[in-house]
Amino acid sequence: MQTQTLFGTDSDINVLMNKRKKIGLIWQVVFLFAITLAILFLLLLLLSVIDSTFGYVALRNEVEPSSLIEGKTLIKEFSRTELENAAKANLSSGILRRVESEKPLAQRSYHDLVSLLEQYVIKPKVLKTWGLWDSLTQTRTIEAYSLSENGSYLTFKSWINPQFFLADQSADPLHAGIRTALLGSLWIILITFLFAFPIGVGAAIYLQEYAHDNRINRLLQLNIFNLSAVPSIIYGLLGLAVFVRAMQSFTSGSMFSALTDSTANGRTILSGGLTLGLLVLPIIIINTQEALKAIPASLRMSSYGIGATQWQTIWYQVLPACGERILTGTILALSRALGETAPLVVIGASTFISVDPTGIFSKFTTLPIQIYQWSARPQGAYRNLAGAAIIALLILLMVMNSLAIYTRDKLSKKKRLEL
Amino acid sequence: MNTSNLAEALGLGFERTALPQQQKTTIALKNVNISYGTFLAVKDVSLDIYERQVTAFIGPSGCGKSTVLRSINRMNDMIRGASIEGEVLFNGHDLYAKDVDPVLIRRKIGMVFQKPNPFPKSIFENIAWGARINGFKGDYDELVETSLRSAALWEEVKDKLKQNALRLSGGQQQRLCIARTIAVQPEVILMDEPASALDPIATGKIEELIQELKASYTIIIVTHNMGQASRVSDHTAFFMVDKQRTGFLQEYAPTEQLFLNPGHKRTEEYISGKFG
Repeated sequence: MQTQTLFGTDSDINVLMNKRKKIGLIWQVVFLFAITLAILFLLLLLLSVIDSTFGYVALRNEVEPSSLIEGKTLIKEFSRTELENAAKANLSSGILRRVESEKPLAQRSYHDLVSLLEQYVIKPKVLKTWGLWDSLTQTRTIEAYSLSENGSYLTFKSWINPQFFLADQSADPLHAGIRTALLGSLWIILITFLFAFPIGVGAAIYLQEYAHDNRINRLLQLNIFNLSAVPSIIYGLLGLAVFVRAMQSFTSGSMFSALTDSTANGRTILSGGLTLGLLVLPIIIINTQEALKAIPASLRMSSYGIGATQWQTIWYQVLPACGERILTGTILALSRALGETAPLVVIGASTFISVDPTGIFSKFTTLPIQIYQWSARPQGAYRNLAGAAIIALLILLMVMNSLAIYTRDKLSKKKRLEL
Repeated sequence: MNTSNLAEALGLGFERTALPQQQKTTIALKNVNISYGTFLAVKDVSLDIYERQVTAFIGPSGCGKSTVLRSINRMNDMIRGASIEGEVLFNGHDLYAKDVDPVLIRRKIGMVFQKPNPFPKSIFENIAWGARINGFKGDYDELVETSLRSAALWEEVKDKLKQNALRLSGGQQQRLCIARTIAVQPEVILMDEPASALDPIATGKIEELIQELKASYTIIIVTHNMGQASRVSDHTAFFMVDKQRTGFLQEYAPTEQLFLNPGHKRTEEYISGKFG
């Protein structure tokens, strides 16, 4: 039975209903497509990094192990005494003396002796490297290559390994590591945090809680939004002009007559940290303001209502209520600083440095700079190193973000427990 | 005379209100105008609030009764663009004089809000915090207990003082807010529709509590509920709003008089529910 209403007949209503549902379905598919595409690209990125981090390496030894001891072609076949004797016999006297003074050969572990011999006597050189995909699918071609090259042998290598984290930079890709870069990154982040967090949160509290709504403060607010969108390289130029050049005696430590690296010329961890601090400052300010805005007016009113001053209200009621949001935002901002390359390159971070940073007046390099530098080298092995360093950087970022989530959860759990 | 006779005839306890001229005035508003920016919210309000009495502010929405209430402990200072003309006297002192600190006033004239808004802390802390920031030097356990007892909440929460206050029911939260206000020992308690977010049982408890608190405090209550105003208050101020949406005080009288023998036609229409 058809009933005529202002919405049409029943069949009209059904037709329209189907049309409405169809439109909803189309949009749902569009959104699904978008998220699939995003995940696909992320996966692709991750796969390409993993691809370059693992794979076969063709090596050629400068001195064959068989020439050290007759009949043993692999160093792993040596017994401990054989290793010790081989080391004594083949290390140059200067190196032997240095090694002995660090730790006598007799007390060194098997693994230690192997790496000593590899480093100073056998000296394997990288001929060619392959990615994980090629290593798995084109094993024959790789083996053929190895056979065609005289004296070469294949080994499957994970470029990311404990040694990679502990070793400093080296011209030899087999021994190069990221220790100095990792320490540099951690130092920089520490300075960035110490500089940007108190100033950023303080500025946000002033703007949100104290500043009157007048033309000057509105202009200030607008400029903070603009600053957060300024390209990071501009901050690099600012850092170069202000921290490296104008404040050189401060940032290189000569002002405090500290024991410093005279070649740093202001291009120190302090300069880098302050530059990145400026970069994340607007982000921290905006984030903190948002956190403060989210606190309901009723909380402030109830505090004022029993005779609290503005400062007591902010310190005892407002900040505890939004502390976790401020903290989470800050850690996310620091994660961004951790990945920045351009501003540090502009202020003149060292690209090759094998000395660990010892303090805020040291020269430095950071993980992203290390990655950039390695990936720019022509030899294939450095691309594998870059891949491994990217994984290290991702791990560091993940650790920081997990820390952010953990702190937030811990704080909110504490609140829930009190409930 | 007319009023008293009428009240007597209806069996209302008219004797509970002493005559105004014999009472001590705690707060006096003199020709008060309050504006938000260029908008005149309330004009020419003059009234006396008597010590240890309950005064109710009633009137239709937007008539400025809450605005007037907030001007008494300078809560309007918090609202951008709010300004006031005229005088608000508290025990004879002008609250808006230059050397007066609004923070000090708010300790003396406490406030309870429409929506229960305890701090997201423990029940104990909710009460102790206000005292602590105001430099209380006595025994906190005792203070918390007496405050909770005065707010008729002690028996319900004495075993869970460490519990977060947000877990209490709405009515309990509101009584906690009253206890929190009492803890800093004010002289006056302002209540901005304290029961409008509560169910009838919780509302009844709040009304009972107001009757008890009257013995120690001067109370001003804003309410939309005619019954509530007639039940709890000794004096009632009826506010109206004019065509420019500016509020003004239409009538101020002892509660029985205002309800039984209103002086204005508008008042009568409002309390009998013809508009509002």
